[in-house]
Amino acid sequence: MKHRIVVAAAAVIFAVAAATLGAPAAEKLKVGFIGVGPIGDLGWTYQHEVGRQAMQKALGDKVDSTFVENVPEGADAERAIEQLARTGHNLIFTTSFGFMDATIKVAAKYPKVFFEHATGFKRAANVSTYAARFYEGRYIQGQIAAKMSKTGVIGYIVSFPIPEVISGINSTMLGAQSVNPNMKVKIIWVNSWFDPPKEADAAKALIDQGADILTQHTDSPAATEIAEQRGIHSFGQSSDMIKFGPHAQLTANTDYWGGYYTQRAKDVLDGKWKSEDTWGGLDSGMVVMAPYTNMPDDVKQMAMATEAAIRSGTLHPFKCPIVDQDGKTVECKGGSRLDDGQILSMNFYVKGIDDKVPGK
Amino acid sequence: MLVLEAIVLSVIAASTPLLLAASGELVVERSGVLNLGVEGMMIVGAACGFAGAYLSGSTVAGALCGILAGAALAAIFGVLTLGLAVNQVATGLALTILGVGLSGLIGRGFVGEKIVLAAHLYVPFLTDLPVVGRILFGEDAFVYVSVALIVAIWLFLYRTRPGLVLRAVGDNHVSAHALGYPVLKIRMMAVLFGGGCAGLAGAFLPLAYTPFFIPGMTAGRGWIALALVVFASWRPGRLVAGAYLFGAVSILQLHAQALGLGIPPQLMSSLPYLATVIVLVLISRTRGTAGSAAPASLGLVFVPDR
Repeated sequence: MKHRIVVAAAAVIFAVAAATLGAPAAEKLKVGFIGVGPIGDLGWTYQHEVGRQAMQKALGDKVDSTFVENVPEGADAERAIEQLARTGHNLIFTTSFGFMDATIKVAAKYPKVFFEHATGFKRAANVSTYAARFYEGRYIQGQIAAKMSKTGVIGYIVSFPIPEVISGINSTMLGAQSVNPNMKVKIIWVNSWFDPPKEADAAKALIDQGADILTQHTDSPAATEIAEQRGIHSFGQSSDMIKFGPHAQLTANTDYWGGYYTQRAKDVLDGKWKSEDTWGGLDSGMVVMAPYTNMPDDVKQMAMATEAAIRSGTLHPFKCPIVDQDGKTVECKGGSRLDDGQILSMNFYVKGIDDKVPGK
Repeated sequence: MLVLEAIVLSVIAASTPLLLAASGELVVERSGVLNLGVEGMMIVGAACGFAGAYLSGSTVAGALCGILAGAALAAIFGVLTLGLAVNQVATGLALTILGVGLSGLIGRGFVGEKIVLAAHLYVPFLTDLPVVGRILFGEDAFVYVSVALIVAIWLFLYRTRPGLVLRAVGDNHVSAHALGYPVLKIRMMAVLFGGGCAGLAGAFLPLAYTPFFIPGMTAGRGWIALALVVFASWRPGRLVAGAYLFGAVSILQLHAQALGLGIPPQLMSSLPYLATVIVLVLISRTRGTAGSAAPASLGLVFVPDR
């Protein structure tokens, strides 16, 4: 009997606690973020945290935000996203491609909660997608690499063969080829967004095989660090990695999400949120190039001119004609350039890349 | 430098943390305790090692902090499994999770900071020898310690009386206890030693490999060290071979990718693990039906008065 009273009391306490936690906050908007890596990666996930802080600062006590880091892509993601939805978060940002299906699934169960999925392509009535046109920054990097490289080989450290990564490789090479048509690239897939020692090993392997400019589509500063040790140049990814490569880093393709996050939270507060797809680049401030350093002035001027041209729309990294590895000219669906759909589903390498796309 | 020399140097650097952690785990398992918490101990070693080196400016201080951190976590494991006779597998797994979380907590304040990498040996004539100079005489202290450690472990286990007693405890703790040996004390010392080695292995990563701390930087190496002990049939000689084999396959797959050989990179990434499994199968087949080479009391709970 006593045992049953204790159990019943516990149940009541838990129910009250759950009800209180689950009750939507009266005025404050609760915003949740799911990150695939640690905030301390000083790369991709870190930039989302920077964006969150900017939003928090801009909107003050109208929002309350939480960041859940280190959530692996896959089944666990669903649990983490659902947890945020269940605890009163009305706007949830899932910040990695691999959270796509989990986001759609949870969104179906919580139609009143708004979801924003980064770098994905599946939407719903309460799911938006957003991404930054990283390839714009990479085109500039390719041009700089072609000017600065002595061996003519770029070392590229990448994670998974998804279209975003492949379009990044292509954009880098197109930029490089616009300066030096014989530029080459060596690619290593580390099959992880974040594994500093493996990225360091990959960097060393690329350098040992003749690359003298490193660039990456992974999230840690390991490659920049190795470039600094070996006395070559590199490009930072997602964050400004100059601290790890004061002599090595030429520039970095940094993501800035603060403006977008503040805008979307405001939309929810004003009741104006709609499901849409945002793909901002240099022009909208979502892609910001880190200061151009460690390069001669003429290269800097060229980079800044290219940046201005891309920003104003006069130059597009994927302007037609684009010829693929097999020599075929790719169908140009966007008029004078590939259209967004083609870039988002890119699964071929452009001419001049000697490797093969994995899985083809 | 030659590409071959560069590759060998990379392989040695990649294999050293595995060798350090697996050496400690070898001793632990030889004493009959199955410590699955190696990954947790490695990563707290990494966090504390970095913190120690950053705050004091000395690699040695960092290494000591790493060892102590690993040993401290191992002490918790020891108290639970040896003192309270809790299931070893569950405790080890719980400690891995605890270790990973703790390392994130400890390391949080240090993320974004840089230290100076461990110094490499330089002997005026020897280090400048072509090809072998840097490989043999130009490594950092961790590499030399890892080699000395496994040699010392081999000597200890097979050439000293205390080592014989440790092996006896691992093979049949009931008989060892009947003979009057302090089974739990011996196991506790082994566990602390193993934790310290794992902590040192973890500290190697930020101190000598990539000079910053980032949560999760061990990326599963502790689990590989555990697999290596089994791969080595609990023998020190095979452990060295296994650690370097694993390191070599990990590095070579990256080079093969860079060469543009066209082999799917996902397959290449899985090669080190595939190699381990294949060798394990081959080893088991040659032994016939003689049974496993594992210490007979591995993982069994020992309570003196039961």
